[in-house]
Amino acid sequence: MYGGGQVFESSSVNNELLKDEDPQKLAEFEARIARGEKIEPNDWMPKLYRKQLIRMIEQHAHSEIIGALPEGTWITRAPGFKRKLALMAKVQDEVGHAQLLYGAAETLGKNREQMIEDLITGKSKYSNIFNYPTFTWADSCFISWLVDAGAIVNQLANARGSYGPYCRALDRICAEESFHLKYGHHCVIHLATGTPKQREMMQEAVNRWWAPMMHFFGPSDKMSTHTQILTKWKVKMATNDECRQQFLDMYVPKIWELGLTIPDENLKKNSETGEWEFTEPDWEEFKRVINGDGPCNKERLAVRRTAEERGAWVRRALTAKTKGEEYVAPLA
Amino acid sequence: MTEEALKDLLYKIADDLLILGHRNSEWTGVGPLLEEDIAFSSMAQDKVGQSLAFYNLLHELGEQDPDTVAFTRNADQFHNSQFVELPIGEYDFSLIRHFLFDHADYIRFSMLAECPIEEVAQVAKKLKGEIKYHVMHANTWIKQLATANEEAHDRLQNSLNEALPYALGMFEPSKFENEIIEAGVYPGEKAIEEQWKENIVIVFEQAGLKLPDWDTVKPVYGGRYGKHTEHLQPLVEEMSEVFRVDPTADW
Repeated sequence: MYGGGQVFESSSVNNELLKDEDPQKLAEFEARIARGEKIEPNDWMPKLYRKQLIRMIEQHAHSEIIGALPEGTWITRAPGFKRKLALMAKVQDEVGHAQLLYGAAETLGKNREQMIEDLITGKSKYSNIFNYPTFTWADSCFISWLVDAGAIVNQLANARGSYGPYCRALDRICAEESFHLKYGHHCVIHLATGTPKQREMMQEAVNRWWAPMMHFFGPSDKMSTHTQILTKWKVKMATNDECRQQFLDMYVPKIWELGLTIPDENLKKNSETGEWEFTEPDWEEFKRVINGDGPCNKERLAVRRTAEERGAWVRRALTAKTKGEEYVAPLA
Repeated sequence: MTEEALKDLLYKIADDLLILGHRNSEWTGVGPLLEEDIAFSSMAQDKVGQSLAFYNLLHELGEQDPDTVAFTRNADQFHNSQFVELPIGEYDFSLIRHFLFDHADYIRFSMLAECPIEEVAQVAKKLKGEIKYHVMHANTWIKQLATANEEAHDRLQNSLNEALPYALGMFEPSKFENEIIEAGVYPGEKAIEEQWKENIVIVFEQAGLKLPDWDTVKPVYGGRYGKHTEHLQPLVEEMSEVFRVDPTADW
């Protein structure tokens, strides 16, 4: 999991920041990106590029650590050894992704403590889909398969971006995600082809999660405010609609194949355009949830805040002997 | 030695590992820092995996399959020590329990690696290699935290005092104790306990943590005979919540 395109897109790009940049350096920077070179931590970069990347990587990291909560709650309830062990390993991977990503963001000059502080005070966002609850085991299976699948679509695109440390983190993350996808698919197959009770659980989960899943890729390109500069700088590698279309193309047939229905009667592939057509998701709800009024926003942040508070003494103890030493940014 | 005695031994080992692995997995996603979150999860996975190895041995001896055994019993059918079923508490308690438990299990598995029952010895040899790293992890953290500042030291000392009576419950002799020792399966719980006391004191001295006079610590027994705290039944119910929806279904 869990990077969703929608979060880092919502705010406007402040082109004011570009005014003071040295035109010569900016031109060289853009030429490097156009040649397909990676930008590394100590290279010159425009302030706007740095700001956008910190924002994007940080929110991706937050999504991993918050995303660990709705699935993590099923570790203690997973049915049988095989599922219990696999889910423990999967959620652990997600926490590991957060660690990798906070490290990648730190190379740009913002430290982990500050990022986590911004998360728990609500200043910084995370993927909106984790503001929905996992009522049943089947909900956790939906996340493992399809939310991870959606994230892979996003992340494979972003892995071709311009910032070296983020690309390398994404390469590692995608390799692990492919196992998550297999695990999640396996779980869903067992439910969808299992007993009537299991099939019912799985169908209800699909019904609950379809709208958040469509929201996952962010508002339609028509409504989106993102500027061309992020594409030119290879910060954003695919549009929301491109990611959503790719996801639908890859996974709707697989969902239908299992005998599950999708709660959108307008969902179909237009054979002439090759594009998927669907009922426009409720973007008002999306905005409402992303601004804090979803079913689980408060709970998720409260859990994270409590974890930070309970663990504070450990972090104080670890830094007690290093007082006064300079902060060391992680290796890129 | 009777098969019943061997099963009793395997059950208590397996149940300890499953319940502690389950407890430690509760830290996943909410650990004190990301690196430790990941480490605790790794060790929890090891523990649950190790318990599975022992349930598999029991299955070969004619007991039900591991999923049925682990996910359908009630608390009073579990043979784990009460120590492992206690809630995770704060991280200092979980760390102290991890330290005390893994030191004991390392000795237990070292002894069982020499066991004349080849299947048991093989599993013990393999798992001992994993537990070695758990012990290293525990030692490192105990030493680092307890010597860092007063706050951390006092937290660990208080948790240690609270944990010790329950920790001694790990060595509660089973009703087959003499039979197992005479058959040479391993030297028995008393022998583990003595070795354990020698090993942990070395680390505690380096960490500046104090052990009380052992005569003043009254062991909390009962777990090996199915007597548990009020914490185990809710744990078991949570663990089997989905499985019990349909125990015959393939999940």
